Amino acid sequence: MASSSHNLAAPGTPGRVCGTTGLHVCLDAQRFIKLNAVVGIVFLLLGGIAALGLALTRWQTVHLLPAEWFYRILTFHGLNMLIFWILFFEIAILYFACTTPLNARLYSRKIAWVSFLMMLVGAVMTDTVIIGGKADVMMTSYLPLLAHPGFYLGIILVAVGTLIGVFNFFATLYVAKRDGAYTGSVPIVTFGATAAAIIAVVTLLHGAIVMIPTFTYSMGWTSQPDPEWYRLIWWGLGHQSQQVNVCAMVSVWYLLSHIVLGARPINEAVCRTAFVLYILFINLASAHHLLVDPGVGATWKIWNTSYAMYLAVLASMIHGFTVPAGVEIAMREKGYTSGIFGWVTALPWRNPAFSATVLSVVIFGFLGGITGVTLGTQQINIIAHNTLRIPGHFHVTVVGGTTLAFMGLAYYVVPLIFQRDFIGRGWARAQPWIFGGGITMLSLGMSFAGSMGVSRRSWDIDAQGVYGPAAHLWLGVLGIGGVLAFTGLLIFALLCVGTLFFGAKIQDRAMTDWGTPPALAGSQAGSLAHDHYATKGTMALSLVFLACFAIYYFANWKALADVWPVR
Amino acid sequence: MSLRPLTSPWFHGPAGHEKIWLGCALLWCFVMSLMMPYWHFRGKQNSTGEAYTVAPVAYLARAEAFVKSNRVGTWKNQASNNPLLTELPLVEPAPGGDAYLVARMWQWYPALRLHVGETYRLHLSSLDLQHGFSLQPLNMNFQVIPGYDHVLTITPTSRGEFTIVCNEFCGMGHHLMSGKIFVE
Repeated sequence: MASSSHNLAAPGTPGRVCGTTGLHVCLDAQRFIKLNAVVGIVFLLLGGIAALGLALTRWQTVHLLPAEWFYRILTFHGLNMLIFWILFFEIAILYFACTTPLNARLYSRKIAWVSFLMMLVGAVMTDTVIIGGKADVMMTSYLPLLAHPGFYLGIILVAVGTLIGVFNFFATLYVAKRDGAYTGSVPIVTFGATAAAIIAVVTLLHGAIVMIPTFTYSMGWTSQPDPEWYRLIWWGLGHQSQQVNVCAMVSVWYLLSHIVLGARPINEAVCRTAFVLYILFINLASAHHLLVDPGVGATWKIWNTSYAMYLAVLASMIHGFTVPAGVEIAMREKGYTSGIFGWVTALPWRNPAFSATVLSVVIFGFLGGITGVTLGTQQINIIAHNTLRIPGHFHVTVVGGTTLAFMGLAYYVVPLIFQRDFIGRGWARAQPWIFGGGITMLSLGMSFAGSMGVSRRSWDIDAQGVYGPAAHLWLGVLGIGGVLAFTGLLIFALLCVGTLFFGAKIQDRAMTDWGTPPALAGSQAGSLAHDHYATKGTMALSLVFLACFAIYYFANWKALADVWPVR
Repeated sequence: MSLRPLTSPWFHGPAGHEKIWLGCALLWCFVMSLMMPYWHFRGKQNSTGEAYTVAPVAYLARAEAFVKSNRVGTWKNQASNNPLLTELPLVEPAPGGDAYLVARMWQWYPALRLHVGETYRLHLSSLDLQHGFSLQPLNMNFQVIPGYDHVLTITPTSRGEFTIVCNEFCGMGHHLMSGKIFVE
């Protein structure tokens, strides 16, 4: 397992030097990055096929699936997308973040195998139970709804397997420091990944606390846990795991803007503090799902809604400023200095990793972030809870934000780790736009239909007889957006898998560049390092963001004021 | 550099544009934090989560007693073709008094007749799974959980026929689960 040194530069260590970046790559880490990423993308494709069925069913005019299969596929979709795809890909990101940037070797191959196999067995077990019709309980499996024990056992295996992988990450950080693989402080990408890993531990412990007694109950060994207790603890898993995604996504923003443009955080201290804010203030987020519940009082709801004072939201607003600010500085230093937005038009929009990053930042911030904070406001939740506004929100955070950022990452991971150049490069350049555009349409369709009271997780809205043509129209937008997003996802999966088999091999040469703007004559790297007023464009965009946020937020208070008084 | 360890001193306080943005963002977070306690005391729509432990059997008995003593007729469904919603007892609670709604697979029982401007204590609980009380077309939503008697102190301010939709998944008849509230 462990050689005497975990420094990749030490003789006899299984590593290679990247022909593109000149960085050391640990071959153990590389193997598990490949395995976890590929399996993750397979689950993404499975969840995507399910998504197509769902979108074409909620599109009331098409209404594809029968009720039973709609609910079954909805359960399948939630788990494959929100748990399996994301966790596998995040383990790949963690293994990267603790090795190459630190010049370190992965702590243990055996532990990585155990983690990978447990996750794989668990995920396949859960999927088999769902498709077999033994767990039509939705991803949340709210008690007293009860699934086959294999459903819970599979999820427990995935959670424990992930925890073991996270342990391998922390152990690698420790031995890298101990063996002096690097000097100084870990880079921001590793720092962000560490924040994600810490939140993952807290999250997965919640998962164990809630899933183990539910599993033993499903076996008939123990009595039924309280349904409200279940909701509270389950959302400690369900919501916090999305904060793991946020951390991982933000790390990917920093990574890709750096790889493509050489951008760096304008202030390392502020960025790192923002990651710490995530760790400290995110762990009460389960309250968001209990805002109109019985048994938890107004004080509890209000305190936990804001996580004391929206400091985790502040963290996202910091990253949402710092990432584009780093890009703006990098572009201005390259010589693209005209006006406030001259640097924007010169950005490499045809580079799929970069367009995916920008779309991820914009979709996550403008759509996902604003809706999330508003829907999660204690009283406003009355006009939003369990309507389509909720999936309308999280499809633009976890899909338009996280998944799109991870797709962008794949446009560099595949060439650099699998060492093959992408096939179908024209399709790749269009893919983030198709996927991002589709998800945006899907989300708008959901949000507007939800504003008209259409509930989530419902096979049919016509039997109720209360939803008019406008609601049907927005469900159509949802359907078309879903088809478009699925098309983007399919292009992505086919390109990735096709490249693994047919992509031109890269041996000791640089990968074919996706396109990066060249430095103009007379420009100088680092020339703006001490100019704190060089980010005029980002400042303007941020203020537009704040204005949109405030308008949406207060419009919702107005809508709330129009419904019946209730206490 | 984002991909290599930092060696030079990197700790600097925020400055310039970043400092301005941090100030704006912090102020906005502060405003949002204050809005909720403000609305709790001055606003009219709040979810206080008032609830009492109740066994499903006991809750059903209370609801049946409520229906028996306050029944004013029978509501028959003539509009929609929902096979699970054909008729319900129509019950009119006393203004200021208690009203009971039973959620069960897949029905809201009974139908209520309320008066505009009067305040009612509306009890919600489930006999089986979790359900979602979603009042349409107003779009007011509350969670309903077995074992919990969830009390909403509610004042109708608009007249008409309202439909209660279930918006928490409760099995294969979920999308058919509905009920009625009439406000006069």
